[in-house]
Amino acid sequence: MIIEGFIALYIFMLAAFTGYEIISKVPVILHTPLMSGSNFVHGIVLVGTMVALGHATTPLEQAIGFVAVILAAGNAVGGYVVTERMLEMFKTSKKDDKKGDNA
Amino acid sequence: MSLIINLAYFAAAVLFIVGLKQMSSPTTARPGIIWAGVGMVIATLVTFVHPEVSGGVNYTLIILGIAIGGGLAWWSGKKVAMTDMPQMIALYNGMGGGAAAGIGAIYLLQATPETVSNTGLAIATTGSLIGSVAFSGSLVAYAKLQGLMKKTFTFAGQQFVNIAIFVITVILGFMLATGGGEIGSATLLLFFILSLAFGILMTLPIGGADMPVVISLYNALTGLAVGLKGIVLDNPALMIAGIVVGAAGTLLTQLMAKAMNRPIKNILFSQFGGSSGGAEEEIEGTMKEIQANDAGIMMAYAEKVIIVPGYGMAVAQAQHKIWEFTQLLQKRGVDVKFAIHPVAGRMPGHMNVLLAEAGVPYDIIFDLDEINEEFKTADVAMVIGANDVVNPVARTNPDSPIYGMPILNADQARNVICVKRGKGSGFSGIENHLFYADNNQMLYGDGQKVAAELVASVKALG
Repeated sequence: MIIEGFIALYIFMLAAFTGYEIISKVPVILHTPLMSGSNFVHGIVLVGTMVALGHATTPLEQAIGFVAVILAAGNAVGGYVVTERMLEMFKTSKKDDKKGDNA
Repeated sequence: MSLIINLAYFAAAVLFIVGLKQMSSPTTARPGIIWAGVGMVIATLVTFVHPEVSGGVNYTLIILGIAIGGGLAWWSGKKVAMTDMPQMIALYNGMGGGAAAGIGAIYLLQATPETVSNTGLAIATTGSLIGSVAFSGSLVAYAKLQGLMKKTFTFAGQQFVNIAIFVITVILGFMLATGGGEIGSATLLLFFILSLAFGILMTLPIGGADMPVVISLYNALTGLAVGLKGIVLDNPALMIAGIVVGAAGTLLTQLMAKAMNRPIKNILFSQFGGSSGGAEEEIEGTMKEIQANDAGIMMAYAEKVIIVPGYGMAVAQAQHKIWEFTQLLQKRGVDVKFAIHPVAGRMPGHMNVLLAEAGVPYDIIFDLDEINEEFKTADVAMVIGANDVVNPVARTNPDSPIYGMPILNADQARNVICVKRGKGSGFSGIENHLFYADNNQMLYGDGQKVAAELVASVKALG
């Protein structure tokens, strides 16, 4: 491991505080997109599954790795698509007024 | 090459944090998810030249796997209805948990005494356990919310069985972690089977109403599992992204549980709706009925109207008609606001998404703390498809199961109109005292039909 024991612990601690701080200021109206967005972010597990499958040697390892890559890709892509779809819909009334004028 | 890879992972970690940060405001939320997406693409592309990724067959499998998983998720994500969003998030989240468990399985299979340390094994085992539970638990949550599994499944001594399975799983995990790489495949298999079984058994008894909190919890668990895999694989991007989500998800879970007035331990370890709670108070007054036409005219001549939408409105697909009605009122100079209870819809923020889909701008939508004082000054409060979240017994009757739950003070408006499909109590089975209040009138009918009639009544005024 490059990240030796205590360094890993420090990263762990700082990342945990970062996550806590970021969320604590989010308004309730964005909680669902945010849950979906954070769901997307842990889709980074795709990178891990690629590495795991990349150095798989036996058929069993390859099979597990292959399924893991499918699942991880589903997490990442699905998480992105639904989050983006939800956030796309949030508009202010200003934009709506403009639309009304054109119509 | 290794420098480029490390820089790319670093950039991805930064983009994830910036993206999540931007998602904290409606104006920057969309760029936020796009930045996070850019980070994901960079990290994924650079992994193709990762020194540990080798073998022609493996490359093919990786590309094929991304194409299949990504393709199916793209298709289902584009297609899913906004009302079904909670279970879709549960499904995608479960997939992430399963992936983390898969990484753990490969790591444990490859472990030999020469290549691994006990610390590495312990972290991999813990991550695999958490990932497996998040995987099978999320799938059960998906099945329940999707209506594939209608009943809550309980049996005598269930909690004892759950605890026993958990303890055995932990013991097996301990054996794996201290085995120094000499891992029996039978132990490994049993460990994963029991981990998955625990996730299922833990989620089965939980009712649909509590499911959003559980999904949020599994989201946090998947994050944690991914973070632990990051340590095992020596990949800081995985580690930081995973832990950030783990911490954020934990906080989000607490916020949701608090909004629902349901302590997390009650959700996980007891069944909802099992007991009807304390004695019912004697209800004073009678229910009065109002016709849609009269209700529409009443609101058309009001100065200020607050609409309280609930999930019932979304089920009836009435939000588009309600928005049309709102626009008609606005043209007549009526001040219309939407009041959203934290648990309106099926998870916090879900109702905002549903209203946004109908085209309601978010600056006339207010949450509980912002608007509760305003009900006093409102001429009409219209409650549509909501019930328990406006029930005043939550304030007044300490014996009620929902006592202490924050509610919208719709009863303080000068007039209240409750749109409801039929007589009878709400989701929790608790009588709503608001329906019997002097200033309240009931408007019976299907949400969409009522909304259409309201629109017609205001249009008729010219």
